[in-house]
Amino acid sequence: MSIKLHVWGDFACFTRPEMKVERVSYDVISPSAARGLVEAVYWKPQIRWQVTSLHVIKPIRFTSLRRNEVASKAPSGSIAKAMKNGRGSLGLYIEDDRQQRAATILRDVSYVIEARFDILSGEENVAKHLDQFNRRARDGRCFQRPYLGCREFAADFALVEDDHAMPSVDPELMGERDLGYMLHDIDFAHDMTPHFFRAVMRDGVIEVPPLTGKGVKS
Amino acid sequence: MTNPVSSRYDFAYFFDITDGNPNGDPDAGNLPRIDAETGQGLVTDVCLKRKIRNYVGLAHGEQPPYEIYVKERAVLNRQHDRAWQKVDPKATKDKDKLPKDEKKARELTAWMCGNFFDVRAFGAVMTTEVNCGQVRGPVQFGIARSLHPIVAQEHAVTRCAVTNERDLEKERTIGRKFTVPYALYRVHGYVNPNLAGDPNGTGFSESDLSLFRQALDQMFESDKSAARANMRPVACIAFRHESRLGNARADKLFSRVLCTARQGVQPLPGAENGDGDGRPPRSFGDYELTVDEQDLPSGVTIEHWIDWR
Repeated sequence: MSIKLHVWGDFACFTRPEMKVERVSYDVISPSAARGLVEAVYWKPQIRWQVTSLHVIKPIRFTSLRRNEVASKAPSGSIAKAMKNGRGSLGLYIEDDRQQRAATILRDVSYVIEARFDILSGEENVAKHLDQFNRRARDGRCFQRPYLGCREFAADFALVEDDHAMPSVDPELMGERDLGYMLHDIDFAHDMTPHFFRAVMRDGVIEVPPLTGKGVKS
Repeated sequence: MTNPVSSRYDFAYFFDITDGNPNGDPDAGNLPRIDAETGQGLVTDVCLKRKIRNYVGLAHGEQPPYEIYVKERAVLNRQHDRAWQKVDPKATKDKDKLPKDEKKARELTAWMCGNFFDVRAFGAVMTTEVNCGQVRGPVQFGIARSLHPIVAQEHAVTRCAVTNERDLEKERTIGRKFTVPYALYRVHGYVNPNLAGDPNGTGFSESDLSLFRQALDQMFESDKSAARANMRPVACIAFRHESRLGNARADKLFSRVLCTARQGVQPLPGAENGDGDGRPPRSFGDYELTVDEQDLPSGVTIEHWIDWR
């Protein structure tokens, strides 16, 4: 019923919602980002993935990256206008509209995501979905390339089939570490409410309560 | 939209620079970007995408369907109020309101995708109030990294003129330039057919893909400047998957593309003789690039988008 997916990459940025302008990453992957990674491999509207625990494999290391970014978004009003009139000038000039933003990102990360899913609708055929996920993850198939927080930080992934294949946690992560309040996930059913939980890492493992569970605040 | 791409591609792209600065770091006074821990040089994903946009903008004169949404002045031949292709004029009556209606919002998105190459390839964010006003594009780039650690050289340069009246007696002003003597960079990218085709896909087509490949080959030609005179693509090896979901793990495929230092050249970080001595690399000839084409997973074929041999 539950799956384990090993994911890794050179860089990652799980942006803290309270520091979004100059992005600062959480110390570890958030349950919400982990769910996105799993869904990139396999998802159907009939199921809902739930991350149950996160294993942090490599020591937590930060680096910083400053880039030129566009400051504004395309206004849909002027696009509609251009469509209607059949004319208009829609480009954005990067020099007039530039902001430099630094991102404090993680480097050289590796996690094992443990997740399970609930069936929301359709036939109660757990094995079918489980099988499809495992087949895809085993062969490196995915609906879209999973990423570690931002699309430029693509993730590689592998299925963890049994305990032999579990990568071992770096000794540096042993002991208990309180990571403070962390985004659990966004509740899309209820007006995009963010939910937070207290993330505690014990020997590299973070237990994630269910979204509606004890200790999760919105 | 015709003929969206139907297979997944994972590609490894190599480019090099001689005596120039491929991508300055605004946090370090425009020094070439560097990974502080390993000393390897970095070039950001957005830097490469900018060059692709500029190339496509130049190659197609900013005409639909190859308009560029995020532009740079340098390549721009601004044509105000150019006549657009007429589309179904069922746009909103109320111009200052955002379309709350998903169908209309989707129409806008589709129209943007149809006109702008960079929205089709890389996606764009158009208004946050509308859920589908955000487009994820099928083309995804990572961050490029040099194979060897780089050494940035600083050059003081003088100018025989001054800017201000008050500096007249100084006669000269001094500026600074940074260059990397030589560096070979590697970056991984992905093309995902599921974000091109689908009913909500961007419509990134086979002909867009060949334009994209052309851009990878040509983009440095139209990007010459004092800071980076000698940049060039070296190789691009693409793995084409038969299935839309892919037929193999990308990391395993990428590990087939090996680039090593030749005899007598300083070994690469992480190589067996990683602490060995050798001369620093000064050209692509100091590297050996091999692609293991034996026993490919079924359904995967190798395409040499840019051949280095």
